[in-house]
Amino acid sequence: MTTQMTSPPAVAGPVRKARRAESSYVARVGRPGFAWALPATLFFAVFAIVPLIMVAVLSFMSWNGLGSPEFAGLDNWRRVLDDPVMIKSIWLTLLLTALGVAVQTPLSIVLGVWAAGPQRNRAVLSAIYFIPLLLSSTAVSVLWRALLDPNFGIPAQVTWLFGDGNLFGEQSTAIGVLAFVSTWQFTPFHTLIYQGAARAIPPVLYQAAEIDGAGRYRQFFHITLPQLRTSVITSMIIMIVGGLTTFETVLILTQGGPGTDTTISAYYMYQKAFKGFDFGAGAAIALVLVIAATVVSLIVVRVSGYDKMRSTMEGVS
Amino acid sequence: MRRRPHYLAGAGSLVWLFLVGLPLYVMLAATLRTHADYAGNGPLAFPKSFTLDHYTGAFDSGFGRYFLNTIVVTVCVVGLVLLLVPPLAYAIVRSTSRITSQIFRLFLLGLAIPAQAVIVPMFYLISKAGLYDNLLGVILPTAAFCLPMSALILSGSMRDISRELFEAMAMDGATPRRMFFQLVLPLSRGGLATIVVFSALQAWNGFLFPLVLTQSDSTKVITLGLYNFQTSHSIDVPGLLGAVVLSMVPVLLVYLFARRALVRGLMGVGGK
Repeated sequence: MTTQMTSPPAVAGPVRKARRAESSYVARVGRPGFAWALPATLFFAVFAIVPLIMVAVLSFMSWNGLGSPEFAGLDNWRRVLDDPVMIKSIWLTLLLTALGVAVQTPLSIVLGVWAAGPQRNRAVLSAIYFIPLLLSSTAVSVLWRALLDPNFGIPAQVTWLFGDGNLFGEQSTAIGVLAFVSTWQFTPFHTLIYQGAARAIPPVLYQAAEIDGAGRYRQFFHITLPQLRTSVITSMIIMIVGGLTTFETVLILTQGGPGTDTTISAYYMYQKAFKGFDFGAGAAIALVLVIAATVVSLIVVRVSGYDKMRSTMEGVS
Repeated sequence: MRRRPHYLAGAGSLVWLFLVGLPLYVMLAATLRTHADYAGNGPLAFPKSFTLDHYTGAFDSGFGRYFLNTIVVTVCVVGLVLLLVPPLAYAIVRSTSRITSQIFRLFLLGLAIPAQAVIVPMFYLISKAGLYDNLLGVILPTAAFCLPMSALILSGSMRDISRELFEAMAMDGATPRRMFFQLVLPLSRGGLATIVVFSALQAWNGFLFPLVLTQSDSTKVITLGLYNFQTSHSIDVPGLLGAVVLSMVPVLLVYLFARRALVRGLMGVGGK
């Protein structure tokens, strides 16, 4: 601000040149060196980057949790990829992730756009919607395990809706429970994303549409949804990565059962490594998860054109 | 104003209110009624008794200790994040060195690493370091996994500091160190508050690292206490739900008194 104020256009040439030299000198001095970033970087390297590299290494080793890991070649990979439970767990993981995205995306868009609107009761309702976010995943799972208990829970009381009340006894209902609980837990988060984005849509777009005679639904599909594009992608990536790494919900609600019917990959990895003491196989499954999460995120970004996306605000002053 | 409320979406939001509100009501009601009342009349029935036994009972079954452990973990994680992230974010925003931009790229990559992915080697490293079943063994990885998001949040908030302020201080011959303490830290308070809340939530709600890296009762954190309570006393639903309510009280307090910082911390967005 000050630099612009004190440079009258009449004084050209040397004075301005001197100013520029001076300001670039001023811009250069007093810069921190990279040493400022080193402590955090070293810490992060030791506790995140090194373990990430070690996952790859350990997937070629055999280790039972005691002693030292020994080189095992492709043995873990052969066993993991030949294991029908593992293959099934990949399909279950993808199914649960897809269910989560398919249910939560429309729900949170509708709730978020609604919550961004002008209603008077909106603030109170939004505050209540927010409460599941205050609970940890563990608390949410423990709560629902108790509420859905076959003998003392809600299903035992509302038999006309839930039949015998045991929702954990069959694969379809157990998957339904898992999908419902993660929807219950995470929809508020995604609703907040959409609420913020819907508030940022310039009102002038709606005014223009109204002048052109566009109705409410056309406004929603032709203005609101396209304007929320960036948020849809952000929210979907978070859902996918979250879905692929779901763990607490399965551990606490279904223990992977009945049988192995809800054993998703992250839970199977935990079982293999920390219950079966087959850490090599656990590392191989973990690596599959990392690669899957990265690939799916990249695909979403590429397919949606997120990486080349231009501002949706163009033409708006 | 510009749009009338949408009645269909409004109706949908009422259905959602029911789905969110009913479980929360059942939870609170269950913790305030006797065992016989809950088991006999069912969770949905209106409570016919009143007791606070389930809350005092939670402390008797060890939750006092678990609370203390969780507080230690949370305070240390927040402390480590506050020690490491501000200088990092300062370098990301102000340094002209090419190494710094590579470092920033490393942290962006780190955003995508899920804790589940590294849990096997983490167990190996922590065991080899002799930190297994030690709170420090939980604190270090938890803090490390807070760094990428915290760096992103804080550097976003530091970017908003006007260049002219830095240049004015440079004119006066200020060192990077003085600029950091006298200019950058005071002007990024919003971002600092956000990373404090963000990392505190990560530590308070963390489950996987404690599950895999600790085993005894003396190092148990609340989330693990809930899990164990559920597997060992699954019949005592009101007692269990009492512990669940207690575990969310501190977060609820932050929600009531620092709602903006909490929402930002949850969403991981910069302090603007």
